[in-house]
Amino acid sequence: MTLFDSIAQFFADWGAKLASTFLEKQRYLMLVDGLRNTLIITLGALVIGVIIGAFIAIIKYCGEGSRVMKPLCLLCDLYTTVIRGIPVVVVLLIFYFLILRSSDGVVVGIVTFGINSGAYMAELIRGGINAVDGGQMEAGRSLGMSRFQATVHVVLPQAMKNILPAIGNEMIALLKETAVAGYVAVQDLTRAGNLIRNNTYDAFNPLMVVALTYLFLVILLTWALGKFERRLAKSDKR
Amino acid sequence: MISVKNLRKSFHGTEVLKGISAEIQRGDVVCIIGPSGSGKSTFLRCLNRLETPDSGEILLDGVDLMDRHTDLDRQRRKMGMVFQQFNLFPHMTILKNLTVSPMMLKKIPQKEAEAKAIQLLERVGLADRAGDYPAQLSGGQKQRVAIVRALCMEPEVMLFDEPTSALDPEMVGEVLEVMKELAHEGMTMVVVTHEMGFAREVGSRVVFMDQGKILEQNTPEALFSNPQHPRLQDFLSKVL
Ligand SMILES: Nc1ncnc2c1ncn2[C@@H]1O[C@H](COP(=O)(O)OP(=O)(O)OP(=O)(O)O)[C@@H](O)[C@H]1O
Ligand SMILES: [Mg+2]
Repeated sequence: MTLFDSIAQFFADWGAKLASTFLEKQRYLMLVDGLRNTLIITLGALVIGVIIGAFIAIIKYCGEGSRVMKPLCLLCDLYTTVIRGIPVVVVLLIFYFLILRSSDGVVVGIVTFGINSGAYMAELIRGGINAVDGGQMEAGRSLGMSRFQATVHVVLPQAMKNILPAIGNEMIALLKETAVAGYVAVQDLTRAGNLIRNNTYDAFNPLMVVALTYLFLVILLTWALGKFERRLAKSDKR
Repeated sequence: MISVKNLRKSFHGTEVLKGISAEIQRGDVVCIIGPSGSGKSTFLRCLNRLETPDSGEILLDGVDLMDRHTDLDRQRRKMGMVFQQFNLFPHMTILKNLTVSPMMLKKIPQKEAEAKAIQLLERVGLADRAGDYPAQLSGGQKQRVAIVRALCMEPEVMLFDEPTSALDPEMVGEVLEVMKELAHEGMTMVVVTHEMGFAREVGSRVVFMDQGKILEQNTPEALFSNPQHPRLQDFLSKVL
């Protein structure tokens, strides 16, 4: 047998293996479903995270030095401290087994990852806001705007340039983070790969397909984000 | 119109204002001079409560600005402020910079606010730049726009904190010219400045601050030609 023959044989075997792993019983559909769930959880959590994060960031920024807002600010601090101090898998389990019992796994996933990323998002958004020159707030206040008005009309629009790319990065992190959703019986991309492995005793191919899918998505998102950032930078020069 | 009594302010235990008292009448052009770090900016920023004094009294047209129940946002509309660093809103066109506050805070219709803004821009020679963004203007032009932005709120007094210190020398004149006109129209002004020529020519009163205190104040002629306090003599010998 020549070298060429053995290489050809290798690929033929691999092809047969791929076919039996993914095509038999249409197992590839599990991956498609898994990918769909992964994307749904990521996007849902992103939306919830942005809303929670923006809310906290604005409360903390507007509340700086205000006695009335103090309890709210402390509540926000508590939230970020607790969430950032607990592994997301544990939070996921707490929500699945204790708080949102009998809810659909995907819903639990969206809520958990949303609440989790909200704590990080709050810091991102706050960082973006704090990066805006303090003179901007002062100029707004000197014209008679309230702290809230100056925040919304003067500071936030400028902070967006810092915040949007950071949210993009958070989305990429979130996409990978959701891989632990399988812990609460959600059939996400990772778990779909696991199921196929259990059914076929083929560990290599399902894991590779799962890994390459994540990799491809991350590369795609990174590329889109880079393009978006370059456009933001361009509008900066005007 | 503004009455300040025994104003005190500390930053982290260091007293920066050590009991400042001053009376500012309508139509006054008060120039504040003094060495760096003497508390001039802090005093000015206390006047419109961008800074919170520790104690003392500030009355604006009889309204107590130290009273917790005073609506400071409303009172600030009566006091325009011009900053050393301009602080124009970079994400808005010049026109938007000028109209955003009157429209938002005084509920002035857009057309009216824009007409007024253009009219004021014409007076500082920048009407053709209304559609530009601040980044496209020179320093001197930015500062003239900043003055107009404050004027659009029709303030009763204008506060200037070293409005020409961040400018290239050749642009100082155009800004001082606008301020001079404003003074001649009878605007009440408090100006922290290192421009002794301006203080001498335009000021109705010059106040010398050092180490958190007002050490001397007088008409410009008297203060510059016949300074009493040794520290003022020393200061003037260095800057004149
Ligand atoms: N926000 C602040 N926090 C801490 N210290 C401050 C703050 N603002 C001012 N200071 C201090 O207060 C003192 C007076 O400052 P201020 O800016 O009022 O002086 P100034 O007379 O305006 O000086 P300059 O001519 O340099 O502008 C300085 O020693 C300064 O370091
Ligand atoms: Mg100063």
